[in-house]
Amino acid sequence: MSRGRAVLASRVGLIVGSIALLEILCRTGVINPLTLLPPSEMAVAMVNLLASGKVAPDIERTFSTVAIAFALSVVVGIAAGAVLHAIPRLRRALDPLLASYYAVPFFVFYPVLVAFFGLNEMPLVAIGFAAAMVAMAISTLNGLDRVPPVLIKVARMHRLGRLRTLFLVVVPAAAASLMTGMKLALAYAFISIIAGEFILSGKGLGYQIAYAYNSFDNKTMYGLMLFVLLVATAMNSLLHMWEQRLLRRRSRA
Amino acid sequence: MSAALARPGRPRGLALDQPLIVLALLLCWQGAYAYAGSSAITSPLATIAYAASMLQQGWFWSNVGATALAFFYSLVIASLIGVLAGLGLGLWRFAGDVTEPVLAALYTIPKVTLYPLILLLFGLGLPAKVAFGVIHGVIPVTLFTLAAVKGLPPVLLRSARAMRLSPRQTLLHVLAPAVLPEIFTGLRVGFSLTLLGVLIGEMFASQKGMGFLILNGINLHNVKLTTAVVLIVVVTAILANAGLLAADKRLRRQR
Repeated sequence: MSRGRAVLASRVGLIVGSIALLEILCRTGVINPLTLLPPSEMAVAMVNLLASGKVAPDIERTFSTVAIAFALSVVVGIAAGAVLHAIPRLRRALDPLLASYYAVPFFVFYPVLVAFFGLNEMPLVAIGFAAAMVAMAISTLNGLDRVPPVLIKVARMHRLGRLRTLFLVVVPAAAASLMTGMKLALAYAFISIIAGEFILSGKGLGYQIAYAYNSFDNKTMYGLMLFVLLVATAMNSLLHMWEQRLLRRRSRA
Repeated sequence: MSAALARPGRPRGLALDQPLIVLALLLCWQGAYAYAGSSAITSPLATIAYAASMLQQGWFWSNVGATALAFFYSLVIASLIGVLAGLGLGLWRFAGDVTEPVLAALYTIPKVTLYPLILLLFGLGLPAKVAFGVIHGVIPVTLFTLAAVKGLPPVLLRSARAMRLSPRQTLLHVLAPAVLPEIFTGLRVGFSLTLLGVLIGEMFASQKGMGFLILNGINLHNVKLTTAVVLIVVVTAILANAGLLAADKRLRRQR
């Protein structure tokens, strides 16, 4: 345990040290303050911005878009993974497509989606969904591949029905992979929706950052950037912890 | 992520399956065209014809060249930093344990938000594009290399010691062959993400390149141009990735 604690302490030290170094470099003028605000001022700007409520509608917009895209991609992704797992021939045919999927920069399809859905949040939901769904499907496939055959045999020995095998055996055995998929799906949905807002949108956190940049409003820009970084990191660490717990439980079983 | 996609040892199915998938995609595209009309997207045939005519023009190739150059620099830098950092962090276990979650967290932040910072640091043009490609590609390469070294079966090193191999021999004949396939997978993922980063960089930070052509087409409502460039980028990305995937599988089989 003492090593674990040393690792944790060093990690905190690394992060705090990097922030302190940045602060010093900015304060002493090594980094031009017009280029980069000192971290302390970013934090103050972020708190002021959040307290003023000016960006509340944008935050709400971005988060609701991400939430819808995430929920859709988890449901459809798990279903798609299960179908592909059940039909090996389809899976083999789609394999090159799945493997190359993330080589394609999809937000280039945004204008097409705007023409399809109109200028509302639907195109962004579609972009987030497209980015997240395939990661979820691939993780589901991985999870189903790794269900130990002996567990299925045991289920058959106990004469469990299909549904009970699914919920009592397969889902718990694949839970860690499903969690990995959700972690990726959330990250990808968030990344692509912010990117979409950044490029072509009139609302949302990504748009506000681009707007602040174009109007040389460094305080708003860095405040929002810090907010997005903190939210992304917090979401990811939370899901990561959960995933690790599932993995540990599995290795004990 | 896609390493476990293909299950080995299965017979190849009918050769018809993949052309059928391509046909289905083309039909979807035609359907999208029929639904949304030419103000959003051009039809597959018209796009392919326009793309083919673009391939014969100088301005197109100078844009391809700009993207290729930026991509080449980014890929070299991202691979070098990623592999070296991954090896270092993998061999020095403590540092690896300290930094791995931090890197994983950095991987999940929307890097587009850092674009104003990159522009302020590097200005418009090639360096900004390269930097954008590098920040997208370097972390996955590092993480894959780190995982490769960490996941090395201890028995390999023990047998190397039992056979009294010199450090040089251990490195060349034990370590390198064991971690190479995994590192290659990392480089393949890095390849895609670096390309993505360079294209995004070109959309904002450049007056040249494929990303610039796409954004220019969007802004000028030149649907023909946008669709054709998107098609060329997508096809190139998929072909490159398929080639790397085949090499990846061969490396793994050799082991």
